Amino acid sequence: MPDWYEITVIELLTQSPLLTALAALVSLSAIFGAVLGYASIKFKIEGNPLVEQVDALLPQTQCGQCGFPGCKPYAESIINGDAINKCPPGGQGTIDAIANLLDVPAPSLDEEHGEESEVRTVAYIREDECIGCTKCIVACPVDAILGAAKLMHTVIADECTGCDLCVEPCPVDCIDMLPIASTMVDWHWQTPEPAESLLIASDRRGEVAA
Amino acid sequence: MNSSLGHKASKQTPQTEQSDRPPGFTSNTVSNNADAIAQTIEVREIHDFHGGIHPPENKRQSTTAPIRDLPLPDQLILPLSQHIGVPAQAIVEVGEQVLKGQLIAEAFGPVSAAVHAPTSGVVTDINEYLIPHSSGMSAPCIVIKPDGEERWISHSGCKDFHDELPQTLLKHIRDAGIAGMGGAGFPSAIKLHPQQKIDTLIINAAECEPYITADDMLMREHAEEIITGIQILAHILGEPESVLIGIEDNKSEAWDALSAQLHNSNIELIEIPTKYPSGGEKQLIEILTGTQVPSGKLPAELGIVCLNVGTAFAIKQAVCEGIPLISRITTVTGKACAQAGNYRVLIGTPVSHVLSATGVDEAQCSRLVMGGPMMGFTLPDTAVPLIKTTNCILAPDQSELPTNDFAQACIRCGLCAEACPASLLPQQLYWYGRSQNHERLEAHNLFDCIECGACSYVCPSNIPLVQYYRASKGEIRQHEKDKIIADRARQRFETHQQRIEKEAQEKIARREARRAAALAKQNASTEKVSGSTSNSSSENTSESSPENSSNNSTTDSGQSDLVKAAMARLQNTQTSPEQQRQKLERALSAAQSKLQRYEKQLANPDSTDDPRTADQNNTLLAKIEGARLQHQDINARLDALPAQQGPSEDDV
Amino acid sequence: MALTQVTSPHTSEGASTSWVMQQLLLATLPGMAALTWYFGWGTLINITLACITAISCEAAILKLRKRPVMFYLRDCSALVTAVLLGLALPPLAPWWLVITGTAFAMIMAKHLYGGLGYNPFNPAMVGYVVLLISFPVAMTMWPAPRPLLPEGVDVPSLWSSLQIVFPILAAEPIDAFTMATPLDVFKQNTGQLVEQFYKSEALFVQGDLAGIGWETVNLAFLAGGIYLLARRIFTWHAPVAMLSTLALMTWFCFDGGSSASKGPLSLHLLSGATMLGAFFIVTDPVTSAVSNRGRLIYGSLIGLLVFVIRAWGNYPDALAFAVLLMNFAAPFIDYYTVPRTYGHDRARSALQKKD
Repeated sequence: MPDWYEITVIELLTQSPLLTALAALVSLSAIFGAVLGYASIKFKIEGNPLVEQVDALLPQTQCGQCGFPGCKPYAESIINGDAINKCPPGGQGTIDAIANLLDVPAPSLDEEHGEESEVRTVAYIREDECIGCTKCIVACPVDAILGAAKLMHTVIADECTGCDLCVEPCPVDCIDMLPIASTMVDWHWQTPEPAESLLIASDRRGEVAA
Repeated sequence: MNSSLGHKASKQTPQTEQSDRPPGFTSNTVSNNADAIAQTIEVREIHDFHGGIHPPENKRQSTTAPIRDLPLPDQLILPLSQHIGVPAQAIVEVGEQVLKGQLIAEAFGPVSAAVHAPTSGVVTDINEYLIPHSSGMSAPCIVIKPDGEERWISHSGCKDFHDELPQTLLKHIRDAGIAGMGGAGFPSAIKLHPQQKIDTLIINAAECEPYITADDMLMREHAEEIITGIQILAHILGEPESVLIGIEDNKSEAWDALSAQLHNSNIELIEIPTKYPSGGEKQLIEILTGTQVPSGKLPAELGIVCLNVGTAFAIKQAVCEGIPLISRITTVTGKACAQAGNYRVLIGTPVSHVLSATGVDEAQCSRLVMGGPMMGFTLPDTAVPLIKTTNCILAPDQSELPTNDFAQACIRCGLCAEACPASLLPQQLYWYGRSQNHERLEAHNLFDCIECGACSYVCPSNIPLVQYYRASKGEIRQHEKDKIIADRARQRFETHQQRIEKEAQEKIARREARRAAALAKQNASTEKVSGSTSNSSSENTSESSPENSSNNSTTDSGQSDLVKAAMARLQNTQTSPEQQRQKLERALSAAQSKLQRYEKQLANPDSTDDPRTADQNNTLLAKIEGARLQHQDINARLDALPAQQGPSEDDV
Repeated sequence: MALTQVTSPHTSEGASTSWVMQQLLLATLPGMAALTWYFGWGTLINITLACITAISCEAAILKLRKRPVMFYLRDCSALVTAVLLGLALPPLAPWWLVITGTAFAMIMAKHLYGGLGYNPFNPAMVGYVVLLISFPVAMTMWPAPRPLLPEGVDVPSLWSSLQIVFPILAAEPIDAFTMATPLDVFKQNTGQLVEQFYKSEALFVQGDLAGIGWETVNLAFLAGGIYLLARRIFTWHAPVAMLSTLALMTWFCFDGGSSASKGPLSLHLLSGATMLGAFFIVTDPVTSAVSNRGRLIYGSLIGLLVFVIRAWGNYPDALAFAVLLMNFAAPFIDYYTVPRTYGHDRARSALQKKD
């Protein structure tokens, strides 16, 4: 019985190449599947969940310009397939970083959500005009405004993210978004203009003719 | 490259035969090597560092004449921050008369340096002035108008520094406001007070930058003071085993002058091959000791302290004569300068004064460089003052340092990697810098770049490599700073969210409690109707819902508090009708401006090519309507106000 | 006074990219002269045609890409590509072969990738390989070297050379004497011992190193390479690594001269495109590894590949394939050969993140 069986199987395999190929493929996939499965357990990387990684790249202004109440919700939405170009405070740099992380092409900023500003701003309350309505305090997502009802409010400049969510609710329009002045400590050289663009510009002016 | 050079006798075993040979003989030439080895006890091997370049030295122009003095300028501008660290704090006021050498700004915190009046005169201003910095920004400065009398404040130094404690000497140095004179300007007192035991003191006399000869001339003319200064330094540092002076082999006069003053001291004068940037602290340490300062660490952690020769001179003056750092030797050179040479200038002298006094034709030079051609920076204006770290003012004409041609494409020739003294791959850094790939830049050790400029110097494509590195470094630092801010904002946002959630839950809890209380009251009233006493009913409820009772009482008191507050608020508003009116008027104008703004927006959309969606239009219209309503409401209240005013006044 | 604000350094050595390229062109002269002496005007016609094509392609594409044409043309990089390709192609090759190869090199291999400095593959070698694969017959028609021409026949004159290159100029087709190259001949050898072979084959009877003509050409390129090394146009690492690996492999695989032998040392070092490759192709900085250590690896792997393909492959010479294959590998080599930076304990590969 075993002899007969063996002979039949081998004969069957040798006679029909299709079966041979099938058997080979099945056994190969079984082996590689086992190896991969083992590797995925053995070398599992305990990384940050993707949401946290995206959240870490967002500028944390909590401004809501993306349409979500804060950066974390937007990060969650990105992981669920939302567009990555809705963050004006982060600008192109943030878009590029997220695109790099998620390995997707980097689109340009969606202007519908706002424009990227050159300088960071900070909220400033014109204190003699403040009526003490506390509306800005409620609006501030990072609790950076100090004050109480009927008392003058003020912004803790170091904690202000420049989200300008406090500007709209103010009934007397006494909040300004002031640009943060650059200091000598912050100053650094700018990346040189690529020669190509300089050249094209000067070529148009006819400086590098001949 | 490794050539063995002899050195002077060590301290433990003073060498008698040393005195009858000129010290230069032992270490000057390779042909005398064998002789030198025989003569000396130790042989110091010097090492080579990777890369380096040999730019034209151009030092001859400024070494023909001795060090000269400059006439007093009309005003002296003294920045409060001429060093690395916290700016000094002014302790004089505008209009105050100051004497030469008087302290006018004191060091603030440990990493800071004091500023002294370079001459006698009147403080005319304390304000922001342009300072020598590549940003072209302004910083707080004290301005002194010299009276020309040069009246000194009383000052005195130590008679014999050997008798003094290191702490006392350190205090002298700190009080004199001495900061590294070679370039960076790190407060010297900090450097001389390391946590570790120091076994090697290195005096940097390499002066490897082209054009600059300030240290060279200082050594030629003040060798004795410099040696004394070095001895003071050695004393402060607890007499390190080796005290080395590293000097490039293109300064033979300075070498002779110093070696004539060595006598029997244990100071070793070591000639090193001329190669830029041998004067970089890390490079000099490698040349002289063969060890590399680990990345991110200080030389002190290897037991090494490295100071500039000019600093040693300033320290001698401070300790032995009590003269604070109020002047320095500065090289003024370049083809646009008629009288190139070295000048003793007061700190704070405006560059324009130096230029006119040395015959610089400003029309000829397209740029002015403070420092050397390799690492110096261009000045934004000639009004900036000279500061403690200014070792050179370079006024080149167009032919001498032509402005760079347009950068061509990088052909990855690798000449930059050959020249890099830090063994980096400059072209890789350039590509990553262009693409802002911060991760890769750090992986390629961008922060080990000393910005010496050797790579840009050899680049056949004229690429401003150093600027890419500086920009990338700045951006990475900015990025890190932003990250810290973002993390804090995230934390604050999360606590904010938690608080709001907690408040919402508390609100629900309160509502529940109120409902329970209302239910209980209802129960009580029905019981009252049925004839029971209120007393027993309350007892009943408390019995029936013991867990609610405490809540009840608190909400009750809370409610009464709320009522009180509301009453108070009402009273408050009633007692100040004028305020109320003012407030309303302000609100009115605000509402009006809002209305106008929206209408304007509606009338002329921001961009013509972007058709406003119906949605956006609707919201805008709604906003306008809202603002109009608000406006009406305020107007109505304003109209009602005088009517209210009458009775309330009557009441009062 | 308008003071310009620029970053340091404020001075530079004065060498320019175009100077580097001109030095390269200068260094090809001895090899060019040797080729012309042995194989006639064909090489010069190749180079002229290639240069004209390269410059017109470069100018046209720069114009298309809206770049300043003169500024980029002045860097001479197009000429270098053209000259190298012209030297590598068989002399008296038909005009369309040269033009196709050069145009492909300039347009596809150089400008489609972004121009000078951005091309991952050596343009001249891409052009060569494309021609070799597409037109194998035309690419293996090497004329016979001058000393081996039959009695009474000289190398074609300039006019007849032109007629061969541009058949339209000739009333009736002119044939040049063609002959297999030494490497080819050696590869075909199946029955003879090396010693016998060297005595019997006409190519080796007169040139006992690596074939008459070929050895001189290679020595001329070697001279040019040494000139470039002396001028510090490139470092010694890549060419020395390539030549020494090739020599080592040859020595290792040489069985003393049987008929199955892979060829003696002199044949491999001085025949084919060995020296042209070692000093003018392998040293192309754009497409090679960047660090010195990387260049050592890059060079020696090219040497290895050259030998492997020559010995066991289908093509008699293999430089172009070897170079292109290693161009693929250059970024990979770079990852693992970042030099040890000052103040760091050990070199780390560029892949590792900062601790």
